[in-house]
Amino acid sequence: MEGCRRSMLFMPGNNPGMLQSAGVFSADSIIFDLEDGVSLQEKDSARLLLRNALQTFDYGGTEVVVRVNNLTGSPYGLADVEVIAPAGVAAIMLPKATEKEIILLDKMLAEIETKTERTTGSTKIFPLIETAYGLMHLKRIISSSIRIAGVLLGAEDLTADLGIKRTRDGEEIFMARCQVAIACRAAGIDAIDTPFADVQDQEGLIKDTQKAKALGLTGKAAINPRQIGLIHEVFAPSPEEVLYAREVITAMQEAEKEGKGVFSLHNKMIDAPIISRAQAVLAKARQYGWKEGENHA
Amino acid sequence: MDIKHPAKAGSLESNDIYVMVEPSSEEGIVLELDSIVMRQFGRHIEAAIKETVTKLGIDNIRIVAKDRGALDFTIKARVETAVKRALEE
Repeated sequence: MEGCRRSMLFMPGNNPGMLQSAGVFSADSIIFDLEDGVSLQEKDSARLLLRNALQTFDYGGTEVVVRVNNLTGSPYGLADVEVIAPAGVAAIMLPKATEKEIILLDKMLAEIETKTERTTGSTKIFPLIETAYGLMHLKRIISSSIRIAGVLLGAEDLTADLGIKRTRDGEEIFMARCQVAIACRAAGIDAIDTPFADVQDQEGLIKDTQKAKALGLTGKAAINPRQIGLIHEVFAPSPEEVLYAREVITAMQEAEKEGKGVFSLHNKMIDAPIISRAQAVLAKARQYGWKEGENHA
Repeated sequence: MDIKHPAKAGSLESNDIYVMVEPSSEEGIVLELDSIVMRQFGRHIEAAIKETVTKLGIDNIRIVAKDRGALDFTIKARVETAVKRALEE
């Protein structure tokens, strides 16, 4: 699944209609939310409803992630994991994650996987980085468990923790985005950008997603199904990128036949990083259903 | 086992069911069901409610349920929540 999470759609965990229809929006992942999306009075109700939904529905190719409540800072998090993980989820998302909580969650998941006869390590973890502490200790947090499949940057809580204003342009999270992108790329895991809060502002969403992509983030969370298509469009490789990548690979294959170690294309030397990037672009193009030889330019 | 006090769960939103439970002076499961799909699925909903209550080990209970087109997974979850809330000290 790594690299395939262009979009992760948040859905409240206590809404039966949404639990029924969650698989139809073409999001790469759905995040059923037991935390902020559920009132304190309904935590018990949402937990049981979501457990039953997970046991009932096949969400097809959409990955199912559940955001539980904080394990140590709330009275609900431990019960969330105990009830939800046995029902079968691809990953647990942990709000305000710390190393200590990830180690605790890892241990709980290992015990549940043994009891339910699932492969050890099959349930992944997504830490939510949304505090100054989390950002400062990102590398240690990511290294706390081999289950970690990616990180979600939570800008609303992070800016609140930093005591700064959250804006439409998002300049205040520039550094946080860079830190998350670099740490995740170094660890070979997904770097998911914070959701864009204004669901009516499509132009703002596109610009915000382009910024995240330009800084190296690999996907973006969504809070409304109508954001999914636009996010996918931004993360799709452009026709020009695909065309150039094909030229690079063809030139590489010809150079290999001729026994050349170094070669050039359009008067520019092509070296290993350019080849590697071209291979990544073509791999992503295939994810989007582009076929070999097809020209979208 | 009997519940200790009245409790409720669910909502009157579409696809949901609103379940109220209370201790009963009568023996067994006393169910009062109202559903927008009563004619088509009334018996099925009633069976799902009673099956859930029985699985939870409750002998005597009065249940009032107002269904708004909930599927089985919702009916069972809301009944379980209401009963568990009614068992809390």
